Amino acid sequence: MQETVDTPQAAPAPAAEPNRRAGAAAFRPSLARRARRALAPLPWLAPALALIAFVVLWPVWEMFQTSRQHINSYGFNLGDYGWKNYSTLFADPNLGSVMVRTVLWVFAIVAITVLISLGLAQLLNRGFPGRKLVRWALIAPWAASVMMTAIVFRWMLDPNNGVVNVFLHQIGVVHDYNGSQASWLGDPTAALWWMIAVAVFVSVPFTTYALLAGLTSIPADVYEAARMDGAGKWRTYRAITFPLLRPALLVAVLINLMNVFNSFPIIWTMTGGGPDYQTSTSTVYMYALKQFNIGESGALSVVNFGVVILIVLVFLRANRSALKEG
Amino acid sequence: MAAVTVAATPPQDQDRVARTRQKKPPTLRTVLVCAVAYLVALIFVLPYLEMIVTALRPQAELRDRDYFPHHLTFANFTNIWSTGLGTNLAVSLEVAVGSTVLVLLVAIPAAYYTSRRKFRGRGVFLILVLVTQMFQPTSLIVGIYQEFTNTVHVNSTLALILVNAGFNLAFAIWILNAYFGAIPKELEEAAMVDGTSRVGAMFRVIIPLALPGIVTALIFTFIAAWNEFITALTLTNTDSSEPLTVKMNSFIGQYSTDWQHLFAASVIATIPVIILFAFIEGKVVSGLTAGSVK
Repeated sequence: MQETVDTPQAAPAPAAEPNRRAGAAAFRPSLARRARRALAPLPWLAPALALIAFVVLWPVWEMFQTSRQHINSYGFNLGDYGWKNYSTLFADPNLGSVMVRTVLWVFAIVAITVLISLGLAQLLNRGFPGRKLVRWALIAPWAASVMMTAIVFRWMLDPNNGVVNVFLHQIGVVHDYNGSQASWLGDPTAALWWMIAVAVFVSVPFTTYALLAGLTSIPADVYEAARMDGAGKWRTYRAITFPLLRPALLVAVLINLMNVFNSFPIIWTMTGGGPDYQTSTSTVYMYALKQFNIGESGALSVVNFGVVILIVLVFLRANRSALKEG
Repeated sequence: MAAVTVAATPPQDQDRVARTRQKKPPTLRTVLVCAVAYLVALIFVLPYLEMIVTALRPQAELRDRDYFPHHLTFANFTNIWSTGLGTNLAVSLEVAVGSTVLVLLVAIPAAYYTSRRKFRGRGVFLILVLVTQMFQPTSLIVGIYQEFTNTVHVNSTLALILVNAGFNLAFAIWILNAYFGAIPKELEEAAMVDGTSRVGAMFRVIIPLALPGIVTALIFTFIAAWNEFITALTLTNTDSSEPLTVKMNSFIGQYSTDWQHLFAASVIATIPVIILFAFIEGKVVSGLTAGSVK
């Protein structure tokens, strides 16, 4: 009976039911019966489908529409605009640097997050007193609103009295309060690295937990066998732990890619993307454009959406191969 | 097939027993591991401690260059209600409760049916749901804005309830699907033989048994809607209709940012959520990764 209990993962592969299908062919049910059978799931699924259509699919359509409309800064729709919004976007002098920054933003955060999380997952997979407490502490940035976490960091980096500056002053790194050195968020490069740090801070908990789940699913006897074969610690990690962790790692990386690419509250709260868009990623720039040129913003959101679709496709493939490998 | 059976067992909150537990007296190694782990724990709670400390600072000591104030005051927490933040807190609560109720109403039947019946389009439905989770409101914000300002005219609270419910539906459906799927069919068949309808069996047998999953979906949706920022920032335009996250964002950047009240409000908004999250911590990963990581 347990085998027939189906799971979401099995869903992508259309479940073949030879018995039932053969039976159906033999009986040749009437059209009315077939229709009834096809419609049977509807009462159960219709509310979910309606909600998805209304708040997910409709906006996708609206977004494409907007990118093709001429809408002035007062919000009046002046009609069809062809591909003009796209040519405006691609001629936008800010676009190049925003895109380069987006790539740096995404890769820096995902890479640093994964490296830290691999270490932390190993650490939390050990037994030591107070382990439960450490796990709870790690939850905080995950559960708290990212926007509120960003506000606290902004406050801690305050040039006049932020605790980061108080500490750096004590150890002699920062010399003058309120000086240019203490105004971390006023300098585009320093601001970007601080914000990358905050993004890593809020991404590490989920990633660590996902990898920890992967680690605990590795059966103990595999390690036992490796130990009997005389494999050392590093070799065991490289030959056993890491390969078996790969499905979990892949999914965690993809979810992180999506979250980090769509990350908005950190930059919006800490610098607003400024000065002069110098700390904007493409998501933040899209939002900034929305205030005065929604058509161009629409074009950029379609471009961004292309990236999102790409990540989704890889994610779906990864889910399927993770299933097979597992 | 192995993965299927693994994923079919519901995500349990078993405390994962460490593989390499040492029985000897604490070695230097254990001490070292502890030290690193405690340091990491401290780093991760530090910003939230600073949040609490600032909320407890008296006005006169707000800008002092030290880690701890000389006096502590709870006045910021009591004064906060006169700043109008109470209204925004109420909006946040309305949005979070509304989204949670809507998600459960919509997700329970869908998850139940997909876990019990094999039907044409089942796989497509589950993938569609999974994709909605990946999309996130941020990537569709221009479309959401256009839809709700030009075409659909509902008040912003209702709009936020709908959007939050729509984008958090996936988590609820996938985690409930796993829970429902792990309940033996015989149990509800027995109930149905006794004359209960399928709907009746769902309410009397399945829902009580899947309660941990339902509670997980409930807490997760509540927190996600409570913390949501970009949609709320986009769809609300009056002070009294803004949820707390948006109101707080408009606080900062003003000439004299009212930091103590800001942090008093964020303590109220953050600490309960962290505690709630601790209850579902063990189950969230499997829901978010749609069971591919277990």
